[in-house]
Amino acid sequence: MKQPFENVVAQHGATVLRVCRIVLGPHDADDAWSETFLSAMRAYPDLPETANVEAWLVTIAHRKAIDVLRVAKRNPLPIDEVPEAPTGQGIPDSGDSDLWAAVKGLPSKQRQAVAYRYVAGLAYAEIAEILGGTVEAARRAAADGLKNLRKKYPGAITKGASS
Amino acid sequence: MNDIRHDDDMTALLSTPVDAGTLSRLHHRLEQAVERADLLDVAYTTIDSPVGKLLLAATPKGLVRVAYAGEDHDRVLETLGQKLSPRILRAPKRLDEAAREIDEYFAKHRQVFDLTLDLSLSRGFRRLVQTHLPEIGYGQTRSYRDMAELVGNPKAVRAVGTACATNPLPIVVPCHRVLRTDGTLGGYIGGLEAKTTLLNLEAAT
Repeated sequence: MKQPFENVVAQHGATVLRVCRIVLGPHDADDAWSETFLSAMRAYPDLPETANVEAWLVTIAHRKAIDVLRVAKRNPLPIDEVPEAPTGQGIPDSGDSDLWAAVKGLPSKQRQAVAYRYVAGLAYAEIAEILGGTVEAARRAAADGLKNLRKKYPGAITKGASS
Repeated sequence: MNDIRHDDDMTALLSTPVDAGTLSRLHHRLEQAVERADLLDVAYTTIDSPVGKLLLAATPKGLVRVAYAGEDHDRVLETLGQKLSPRILRAPKRLDEAAREIDEYFAKHRQVFDLTLDLSLSRGFRRLVQTHLPEIGYGQTRSYRDMAELVGNPKAVRAVGTACATNPLPIVVPCHRVLRTDGTLGGYIGGLEAKTTLLNLEAAT
């Protein structure tokens, strides 16, 4: 039986936001999240009851993130110099800026594969469907992404081990 | 083995904390966006009242459901999803007016509800009875038999009872004002305690 859409937001809202943050960075994640759930609510009545809702949402988020990136490329901010320094006020929930820098440095396919595998917990078959390409390629993209991330962000291991 | 542990570390690290404030801000934004896009088929909220927590739900046509806690609000929402649309979101704004009038009613500042109702959850005879229930004025009561006569079907006393018991809009559509012919309470969707509370509230003016 299909759940009220409110339950979908309650169950998957946080995960979709985390995925958007990895794929787009903390700045654009909110917009992608909003677009994703607006779109999902529109299509929800037609979603088969047996569908994996999280995989469906991540698929929509993937497309919305691509849209956001495309718009950002087409309309660069009309500012001469973008200040690189943190604002002091910070981005709520944005966490560790070194981590974001490391994530941002990944090739987009690796970044997406890492997000869909390690944050959303999707199966490689589902990731392959979203990214296009084979299951093996999806597995490799996630593994390479993780390896590169560790190389650029060695803090991950010590931090993880100490907790 | 190490790899697995490190993968877990990375998963934990990438799963950045999402605080409740961020999610509620995004939810609020979504409420506005879906309303603008005409996608909000059912909006709902819950309010506190002297008869417990009440669920209020509205379609674009009007208030469609008032539910007591005893009916199990999750269940009620699932049923609304099946009967109306699964595009259901907690979006209190659409219920502002209904919530205000119900508050006023319990504060004894209001005797008649002035709300647009959507009776689409009821059909046929039940709907007919429910349409006539607001004719019983504040502080008055009628018997199930009176109601049967009022809708022109004096033998349908039992069916009137069913219509009252399945009233999707209790309190606002005053099925609590219908009693047995001998003056005893009869049943009530919100429980007899709630029915007594409402009748006492109205009698005490």
